[in-house]
Amino acid sequence: MIDRIPIDAVGIQERVARVCTRSIKKESKLQALDLALRMMDLTTLEGSDSEGKVRQLCNKALHPYTELPNIPSVAAVCVYPNRVALAKSILNNSSISIASVATAFPSGMSSLIIKLDDVKFAVSEGADEIDMVISRGAFLSGEYAKVYDEIAQIKEVCGTAHLKVILETGELGSLENVRMASDLAMKAGADFIKTSTGKISPAATMPVVLVMLQAIRDFHETTGRKIGMKPAGGIRSSKQAIQYLVMVKETLGNDWLDPSLFRFGASSLANDVLMQWIKEKTGRYQSLNYFSND
Amino acid sequence: MAKKQTSDDTSQINTMNSIPKTYKNYINGEFPRTESGRYYSVEALDGKHIANIGLSTRKDVRNAVQAARKAQASWANKTAYNRGQIIYRIAEILSGRREQFTNEMVLLGYSKEAAELEINACNELIVYFAGWTDKIGQVFGSVNPVASDHFNFSRQESVGVVGIISPETPSLLGMLGLLLPNMVAGNSQVIIASKQFPLPSCTFAEVLATSDVPAGIVNIITGLKSELIPPISKHMDVDVLVGDCSLDIELRVMCELESASNMKKVYFWESFNSLEELNSSPNETISTCLHSLKDPYHILHVQEVKTTWHPISE
Repeated sequence: MIDRIPIDAVGIQERVARVCTRSIKKESKLQALDLALRMMDLTTLEGSDSEGKVRQLCNKALHPYTELPNIPSVAAVCVYPNRVALAKSILNNSSISIASVATAFPSGMSSLIIKLDDVKFAVSEGADEIDMVISRGAFLSGEYAKVYDEIAQIKEVCGTAHLKVILETGELGSLENVRMASDLAMKAGADFIKTSTGKISPAATMPVVLVMLQAIRDFHETTGRKIGMKPAGGIRSSKQAIQYLVMVKETLGNDWLDPSLFRFGASSLANDVLMQWIKEKTGRYQSLNYFSND
Repeated sequence: MAKKQTSDDTSQINTMNSIPKTYKNYINGEFPRTESGRYYSVEALDGKHIANIGLSTRKDVRNAVQAARKAQASWANKTAYNRGQIIYRIAEILSGRREQFTNEMVLLGYSKEAAELEINACNELIVYFAGWTDKIGQVFGSVNPVASDHFNFSRQESVGVVGIISPETPSLLGMLGLLLPNMVAGNSQVIIASKQFPLPSCTFAEVLATSDVPAGIVNIITGLKSELIPPISKHMDVDVLVGDCSLDIELRVMCELESASNMKKVYFWESFNSLEELNSSPNETISTCLHSLKDPYHILHVQEVKTTWHPISE
């Protein structure tokens, strides 16, 4: 059903190294930072997430930095299903989407019925986007059809909500597996493919994301469908974010430089982008002391 | 044949006897070259080239401040006793390099007597401040009388990251005079080394690297003050600026003005002594300088006071 495509790991490393040498300064840096902020899924996925924490996160999404009213707001906030309703009530009149993880996140170790119910609940609470995890255990034991069917059924219950499929590449073992899981997820109906839950190390790395971007490119060439990409976890600095943007542009072209097709899943990245943005504008290096934690 | 080879080898070893040294910045416990790739030449009194010293840029300042910020909390959270031990250890390592310091200072124009006296004074100052770490709270902390049922007490705490603008001379004693109170206070620092006499600062970095001072607590960068003061005085993550009044007045004004952005504390001490003063009457100059540096109030200036109101009941 899905071909196993060999990946040249050394070639991927070299390509990534090349991408990281691009010099993005001044005006183009400002544009990249602006884009990175608009592409951000501001995320809080902790067992300790209280109402207050989610409220604070939503306010940060709406007003990233109150002293600069012109600064763009982020693409979405990403929370657990039981915090969706609260986020919805705060972000109702804004352009910010609400993404919710579901399907027994982060392990995915539960029955399909529970996973489907999890998704239905999140959608009924008002989630615009669902971030599901694949069953890595099943994938690694070769039960590809099972993984495929799960994604397809979850896509069905998502309705109008966008489906992002988390491959958890840190547990897949090889770049071949990453490529295969990407192809499988896209064929099964994913709108986005996403690297990681953020709970496993390594999370998003550039080689893995490059392989996924190439899968998206090939899928687009054969089917004409544009699938989105979301690296998540481990992207903390603006510099890294800009390197990812360069890689997206050089692999997929300008069409993907848009929040509808590319997202960053991150929490601390937002502050660094803001700090760099203000540094570019004012010439003053910034201090984390003056930026909210969430 | 074999013998000839040996004698050739020896002559080669002899020509390699003195390799001019490339001095580098000291950031986060490492010795990176300046990001700029630019250098200036330091010459001996007789005009002989001694060393190339890096002309650091705002990015070196940025990296140094980042390292200082990261290291500060753990330094402040060490026990006062432990901080005293670590500071004392600097004097032990410094003593082992006496000769190197003396030679470098003499090369740059110090009289031998002045150089030796200055290093003695440095050792004494380090030991003096090492002793203050666990006493500052006892001497300057207080229990305050208040008209309510509260136990009210004040204690000194660290401020954060400090930018230290070294005086040109005395090249080592001046820098230590500004640095040590900050180390006692629990701050972490970025030092802009003397431009004219950078070698003692650079060698002091090697002392720090082989002592027990954790990486990032003291960072030393070399270059032009006119290029390094703007980024450090504008930096929002620097909490204190200290220097002395021998600094160019325009740069001092810049420090004061730019510090308003994040309410940095700015302290400019009275001018340190010039090289002429040091060389003409070394004994008197160094002892007067040392006397004014041995003052616990220098520590208080770079600390903040926290007052706690603790409710009590009968």
